[in-house]
Amino acid sequence: MSTTMTTAGTANRAAEQYCTFWVAGLFFGVAVDDVQEVLRRQPMTPVPRASRAVTGLINLRGQIVTAVDLRVRLGLPDREDDQLPMNVIVRSRGEVVSLLVDDIGDVIDPGESGGGDPQPTPSTMPREVQDVVRGVRPLPDSILLVLDADRAVDVATTTDTTGGNP
Amino acid sequence: MDDDAEIIAEFLVESHENLDQLDRDLVELEQQPDSRERLSSIFRTIHTIKGTSGFLAFNRLEQLTHVGETLLSRLRDGEVVMTPPIAEGLLAMVDTVRVLLDVIERTGHDTDPAVDVVPVVAVIEGLLAAEPQAPAVEAPVPEPPATDLEQPEHPEHPDQPDHPDQPGQSDGWDGVERRAVVDASVRVDVDLLDDLVDLVGELVLTRNQLLQRSLGSTDAELVRASQRLDLVASELQESIMKTRMQPIGQVWSKMPRVVRDLSHQLGREVELVMEGHDTELDRSLLEAVKDPLTHLVRNSLDHGIEPPDVRRAAGKDAKGTLTLRAYHESGQVVVEIADDGSGIDPATIGAVAVERGVVTRDQLARMDGRDVLGLIFRPGFSTAAAVSNISGRGVGMDVVRTNIERIGGSVDVASEPGRGTTTRVRIPLTLAIIPALVVGEGGERYAIPQANLVELVRIEGDDLRRQVEDLAGAPVLRLRGKLLPLVSLAETLGGTALEDDALTVVVLQSDDVRFGLCVSEVHDTQEIVVKPIGRQLKGLAMYAGATIMGDGRVALILDVAGIAGTVGVGATQQESTDGRGAGADDRTALLVLEVADGRRAALPLAAVARLEEFGRDRVERSGSAEVVQYRDGILPLVRLASAIGLPDTSDQGEQISVVVHEIAGAAGAAGAAGAVGIVIDRVLDVVEVAVTASEVGRRTGVTGSAVVQDRVTDLVDLDAVVARSGVPA
Repeated sequence: MSTTMTTAGTANRAAEQYCTFWVAGLFFGVAVDDVQEVLRRQPMTPVPRASRAVTGLINLRGQIVTAVDLRVRLGLPDREDDQLPMNVIVRSRGEVVSLLVDDIGDVIDPGESGGGDPQPTPSTMPREVQDVVRGVRPLPDSILLVLDADRAVDVATTTDTTGGNP
Repeated sequence: MDDDAEIIAEFLVESHENLDQLDRDLVELEQQPDSRERLSSIFRTIHTIKGTSGFLAFNRLEQLTHVGETLLSRLRDGEVVMTPPIAEGLLAMVDTVRVLLDVIERTGHDTDPAVDVVPVVAVIEGLLAAEPQAPAVEAPVPEPPATDLEQPEHPEHPDQPDHPDQPGQSDGWDGVERRAVVDASVRVDVDLLDDLVDLVGELVLTRNQLLQRSLGSTDAELVRASQRLDLVASELQESIMKTRMQPIGQVWSKMPRVVRDLSHQLGREVELVMEGHDTELDRSLLEAVKDPLTHLVRNSLDHGIEPPDVRRAAGKDAKGTLTLRAYHESGQVVVEIADDGSGIDPATIGAVAVERGVVTRDQLARMDGRDVLGLIFRPGFSTAAAVSNISGRGVGMDVVRTNIERIGGSVDVASEPGRGTTTRVRIPLTLAIIPALVVGEGGERYAIPQANLVELVRIEGDDLRRQVEDLAGAPVLRLRGKLLPLVSLAETLGGTALEDDALTVVVLQSDDVRFGLCVSEVHDTQEIVVKPIGRQLKGLAMYAGATIMGDGRVALILDVAGIAGTVGVGATQQESTDGRGAGADDRTALLVLEVADGRRAALPLAAVARLEEFGRDRVERSGSAEVVQYRDGILPLVRLASAIGLPDTSDQGEQISVVVHEIAGAAGAAGAAGAVGIVIDRVLDVVEVAVTASEVGRRTGVTGSAVVQDRVTDLVDLDAVVARSGVPA
């Protein structure tokens, strides 16, 4: 019994690779399988009256992709004007969505990088952050917040009413 | 005949495909003689051929496949076990089917005496009769004879002298003819076609970008190459769009049956004429128009074409004619459903519409014949005296119109009483690429589907002040005597409209709602590729999707109905669109006014022709009456406050506000075409309410009062007020 569990654990660990990025000093990771590509800043068409987290639409090789600013989505302070965001293009429920982040990190495997086991999100974190974080992985020199891509792109249900439809 | 040939061609293509499958199945069956799955598959194939051949009156083919099917069904159900003679019989049957299909392809029927089905049928019938106690046979046994059988089975029927020649003959024909039909078409996954459409859309956009660049280029080679690319891309786009096109005949194919059944049921004699059944449109649209067209055909039979005796009495042929006609016209598909029946009498429609509260009598009086006919598309309207299961539930025509408008089409009806009715449905060729007007606002571009566009109006300078009015914060434009509500695109998008000395108004129509959208810039019209937008934006009704412009940037496509809903222009402003009336109940649109320092009064909006402001110094006297010079005439003025027994306070400003009321049928002796100017303090609002009038407050000039917007409001007795002006009403 215990052997099976170990193998299962190893198999899991092998697939556990995260594409990492920074948002307002927080270190996030999203499962590599969910990420399609990473792009520099793209020309953006704003969508008036949309949720404030929706920064705009980008043309990704003919596909219209909604860009969601993670800073807004997570209720974190806005990016400085001179700081250009990066696009992490993720696949979520059949759609492709861009997450705007501050900076891109490496693809890491927390198991191999000497990280600890997954732990629940500390309940003292802001609720918006807890909403989209599946758990945390302490690494030797940082703490990785594991982002749930599906929930992160789900801005239709956010309580943000600053922009929405009157 | 054309129809038949087409159906037969389709049948042949399908059957040849099925036979190829059958060959594979039979071969596999040899390996696993008791595979239920294989047997079922063979059974289905033969069953399909049998069904279609019966339908197309290929009797011999039907006879043959019928016995084959019986044998197969027993095998499938395990009543009979596979034996070499059975395998042999089945193969003989399949080969004869093939021969028959070749004959049909060549001659159009299956009666060629050179092919004899009787022996094969007899063999199978023999098998069916002999088989019930068939002993189980070892699985490997059928193999050798079966393989042997495939080729030489024809010569094994010596009682068929012609048969051995037949394969040779048909082989000769096959080589040319069968390929002609079978290879002329390929079945393709619809998803693949959709992908191709998307890719071509991309190609077209890339081409646009390149063309823009090459325009300014001095490199002749590049210019030539990009022009070639332009040409090729356009043709490719056209061809790819064509792959999704299907003839409207596919939808029509069930009409003869519908018409036959209905005319029986209703006791009508009807001849159905169909023209242009090969007119093609996008497959997604074909699906969408199926139900509306069927409904219109039903309507023509139910309400249009009269029973034979009525027709005879009217001097018409007892047999009515229902014509379905499809053709292309200026990038659209037009489908006409025309009958030579009783036609629609506008008077009847009008009376019913008033009775059902679809419109008020006033509104009806202001409509022309065409508008009156248009009432049949209004919700809650149905002229059928009795509700039948065919039509007349009053949900029909408005649903028809909604469904057709949803795909960017339109429907209108023309009728001549006693002579017949023609309903014309216009449908765009495709949904994926639509013509659109590109406008600019706040530095971004937005595309407006051409289907919603009525006209473009630009108002400058003095005209701006004269033609644009502010009704309690709701700007309206006087456009050819009608008030058009204005919506600012900038404000709709959450910004602020810039004050300017000119106004560009895009007049838009969606359902019954017509309004003007004020935009900063109008770019041009172009074909755009409609692309879906993400889930995050689904809640925003004002966008129908997005598209990619020539420069690669994304532009949002505006949803006209969505904008109307978002800004609430629909509910209250219906009055101003062609005089089409209010909702189904007793709601009345009222112009709510302030008179005598804060008192409220209301006039029916229908009675308001225009709103004007005059400088106080322009008021002159004619006898005891106040008048102004207005539109090359003299407009008598009535102070509303005095007319309804209140102290007049309308002179407090530099300007006086005047509601111009035109008197229907007035001789116009006293003023500008029989108009009266009613002087008020100011306009408060336009509301649409169900008025519950009360006798309270009834006096000269006031019919009573009602609660409007939670405030007690005097209802003005227009006739009495007009009478004070001295204009003969």
